[in-house]
Amino acid sequence: MKLEDRWLRETYVDLLIENAEKDPRIVIVEADLMKAGGTLRFRDAFPERSFDCGVQEANMIGVAAGMSAMGKIPFTHTFTAFATRRCCDQVTLSVAYAGLNVKMMGSDPGVTAEFNGGTHMSMEDVSIMRNIPDMIIYEPVDSVQLRAVFPQILEHYGPVYIRLLRRNAMQIFEEGETFTLGKGKKILDGSDVSIFATGIMVEEALKAAEILEAEGVHAEVINIHTIKPLDEDMVLESVGKTGCAVVAENHSIIGGLGSAVAEVLAENDPVPMQRVGVTDHFGEVGTTDFLKKKYHLMAEDIVEAAKSAVARKNR
Amino acid sequence: MSFRAKKIEYLSEKAKKIRELTVECIGKLGFGHIGGASSICETLAALYFDIMNVDPENPDMEDRDRLVLSKGHAGPALYAALALKGFFPIAELDTLNRPNTHLPSHCDRKLTRGIDMTTGSLGQGFSAAVGMALAAQLDKKDLFVYTIIGDGESQEGQIWEGAMMAGTRGLDHLIAFTDYNKMQIDGYTGDVNTLDPLDKRWESFGWNVQVVDGHDIGQILSAVDTAKKQKGHPSMIILNTIKGKGLYFAENKLECHNMNISEEMWKKAVAQLEEEEM
Repeated sequence: MKLEDRWLRETYVDLLIENAEKDPRIVIVEADLMKAGGTLRFRDAFPERSFDCGVQEANMIGVAAGMSAMGKIPFTHTFTAFATRRCCDQVTLSVAYAGLNVKMMGSDPGVTAEFNGGTHMSMEDVSIMRNIPDMIIYEPVDSVQLRAVFPQILEHYGPVYIRLLRRNAMQIFEEGETFTLGKGKKILDGSDVSIFATGIMVEEALKAAEILEAEGVHAEVINIHTIKPLDEDMVLESVGKTGCAVVAENHSIIGGLGSAVAEVLAENDPVPMQRVGVTDHFGEVGTTDFLKKKYHLMAEDIVEAAKSAVARKNR
Repeated sequence: MSFRAKKIEYLSEKAKKIRELTVECIGKLGFGHIGGASSICETLAALYFDIMNVDPENPDMEDRDRLVLSKGHAGPALYAALALKGFFPIAELDTLNRPNTHLPSHCDRKLTRGIDMTTGSLGQGFSAAVGMALAAQLDKKDLFVYTIIGDGESQEGQIWEGAMMAGTRGLDHLIAFTDYNKMQIDGYTGDVNTLDPLDKRWESFGWNVQVVDGHDIGQILSAVDTAKKQKGHPSMIILNTIKGKGLYFAENKLECHNMNISEEMWKKAVAQLEEEEM
């Protein structure tokens, strides 16, 4: 594990530009955050295919829907908080219900909004998007994975929400690893507890597994990069082996990945499980490290949750 | 009779038929958004039977003109126009809002042949029309995007977001209509949350604005002709209309936005329309 040299958004913009060179349908529709999203580089490369609405999130989604109806593949962007709660009805009706093909990138998920603070900190964006039929939710872990999954996002007709860390990601995967949109990715084999993690919490899950291993608890670590549709088979197969689960996410424990896994377990194999995430609180200003500690999103929190799940299993 | 007079007579006949089919299909169901549907019948007749380049045999024709009925609750009037044009059988209008229908109360591009955009949550269709016009401009297509918005709908902030962007981008192939019947569910627009001066508001957003009698087909045709000649500005045609137009039980009545209609009511209304001198 090492911190990547470049911000993850730069990989995203590279991919947009590379694919736009081959596919004239790709356009970007923005709401005055091209500087933050890094897409000014796309505008330099394709000025005529870049549409900045100004500070108009609702109109951005509607314009993108209209362009999709004309055969374009629009990529929109704003911060996760605004990409979801600010224009929820537009995303739901003009895009998803209308059966249109808009890719919506939300940047700065959860605590990574840092010094923009509570107003910009989305603890509920996954929960909102999960409730929209046909929506795919993808949260990349690192640039290797984003690069592998991006063509699949492009290939898929329909709305996709890309929950993207803007800054440097921890590189978890080696070049050449393969990923499938809609399928989980097992990182570590284990027999005592399954840890399902997404986004920046994968790094914490791997650290937690190391601590647990030293204490004789063999944790399986699975990255759920596609939160919807959830890879139910992989979840059930893993807990079928380990008998208990922990879910770790940079999001509210209400409505996110933890809820999705809980729903699948409750209906199929109700093993003990624990959720690690933000416990029904708003965000606030601070560094990611400070906020991860404050909201209990650390490896130690996952360790504690894993031990609790294992103990309940053996009760 | 001049060619133009003949055309207007032909389109007036179509408008009458659209109004009759609309009140009939809503009437057979027993309830619906009759008021705002009957105020746009002349505009729909002019669009589908003269102005727009569409082909009922090839509804997905790539370079066709588009219509986004942003006031999606007027869907039944648009369905009547599409059926009359031949997009689907007129008999299908009887399935309006019935189980498994292709004709839901509000427009749905996935369900209905000839519907270009899903609408119903007010303000949203207008943004989509702006997006369509931008895409057409990008591809250097000569097609026009038409959109009809409501006056109550114009209280939505999203309308003015789209208006600002279309003005900035000089979308001269975007032609919008406001169905200015001056009524909304809770009362007169002027009392609830006024739109006036509506023409000056659109002008100030960089639009070319014309105000016409929305039930005068000649005025509608002339306004669209003028709008199509605009360079560097989108066009707004404000239609002064009467909500519930032509229907004795609905015309100019505040309660006509969505009302119950008995068999006796719709049959009498159709009979009256049939008797009218064109």
